[in-house]
Amino acid sequence: MQPTFTSSRLLLPVRPWFIYLSLIVALLLNFLPTAYWAGVPDWVALVLCFWSVREFRRVGMGWAFVLGLLMDVADGAVLGQHCFAYVLLAFAASSLSRRLLWFPIAQQALQVLPLLLLTQMVQALMRLAVGGDFPGWGYFLGPVIASLLWIPLTFVLLLPQYRPVEQNPDRPI
Amino acid sequence: MASLDHAPPPFFKRGPAPLALLAFYVLISLAVFVVDLRVRSLDLLRQTVALVVDPLQRAAQTPGSLVDHTRSYLEGMQLLQRENNELRHAKLITAPNLLRLEQLEAENERLRKLLLVKEREDAKGQVAQILYTSRDPFSRKVIVDKGQQSGIVAGQPAIDEAGVVGQVTRVFPFSAEITLITDKDQAVPVQIVRSGQRSVVFGLGTGQMELRYMPANADVEVGDMLVTSGLDSIYLQGYPVAKVVGIEREGAYSFARILAAPIAGVENFGEVMILDPRQPLPPRQPEAQGRGAGGDKPGLRPKKKQAAKGK
Repeated sequence: MQPTFTSSRLLLPVRPWFIYLSLIVALLLNFLPTAYWAGVPDWVALVLCFWSVREFRRVGMGWAFVLGLLMDVADGAVLGQHCFAYVLLAFAASSLSRRLLWFPIAQQALQVLPLLLLTQMVQALMRLAVGGDFPGWGYFLGPVIASLLWIPLTFVLLLPQYRPVEQNPDRPI
Repeated sequence: MASLDHAPPPFFKRGPAPLALLAFYVLISLAVFVVDLRVRSLDLLRQTVALVVDPLQRAAQTPGSLVDHTRSYLEGMQLLQRENNELRHAKLITAPNLLRLEQLEAENERLRKLLLVKEREDAKGQVAQILYTSRDPFSRKVIVDKGQQSGIVAGQPAIDEAGVVGQVTRVFPFSAEITLITDKDQAVPVQIVRSGQRSVVFGLGTGQMELRYMPANADVEVGDMLVTSGLDSIYLQGYPVAKVVGIEREGAYSFARILAAPIAGVENFGEVMILDPRQPLPPRQPEAQGRGAGGDKPGLRPKKKQAAKGK
């Protein structure tokens, strides 16, 4: 696999433990007290979206459901709120993945934005429908910043898969 | 070859179609959502998951609390001494009232006995530390460090040094969730100190509260103090809840819009006192139960009857 389908650079296969590690780190980032500030992205949604795009055979809706359950309990939200949004996100991301990876990374970020916004809006709609109070427009700033973070995130999460630049000429692959 | 790509896509064992999976998970999450909201029978699931999540959450809170600790450590002696002096001063100012409190309570008890009124319940409880605010942006809740292990049960009221803070709504093994009185539609039965009128104050979700269903000509003034009325078998009588900060009376509506601000440091971090559950109310009169077919206003019927008898 390549960073994007148009790139000629080949990547190493992903290591499963790195996927687990990145998702746990995303959970921890979500639990940080910084999460109360407006505009702080939902890290779990972002990393989940990333792996659903790149490795949709490994990370799918089952993962999304479990992570959503963890986030629901951690947030003290109604159970099922994050589950529903994350499952939708994982489905949309994996069905987009074959097209998305043909674009340069900046354009990928632009296409990821509606997915992340949808995740946030679904949650807001679910809670407002059952009588929650409106969290303010800062709540919808998070996905915008998250989609900007898509560019550095792609670089960081693909780091373990890059191959050394100086290669053995006898073994081109 | 390992560097080429991951394993080839499975041709024969493909699993369920994505749409079928999506429908499955969506149905499950919606079912869980509705059950958790309406039936509230998923607390066991929540507690089990909380056992996994809670250590992670506490770990994530440590950097922030470390910074807080260091800051308070570095603030130094001078501030502490000043604070100590101020507290001593405040204690002296309240001393005349406090010193006589015991005598007043005794006198009150004696008078109540003379009047054959039931004695006041004692307020007991345990102090709990607020760990963190719940991350849910749609509600106002805090997590404290006492849970099932300390005997906390759902429904207990929480107060701080100034007044009512909220009510325990969920209990986990080592922590509990307190819904603040400013949470949207969180209700506290109150009494206006000046006029003795009873009502219910609701949270608005904006940090303020509203006294609903008061007629436009009700005797309420800005600055009126609202204290718990004790009619709900949850809050003891007489704890300060809120102060009226604004009244809008419009002829178009039959109710006045009365805004109140909470008295306790509801949105501050710190310690709260979780009061023990109140003694259960005396059982309803069997006669009243038989007559109160509607069931939602059991207290009204006997009174009306007495009034009729008086005439």
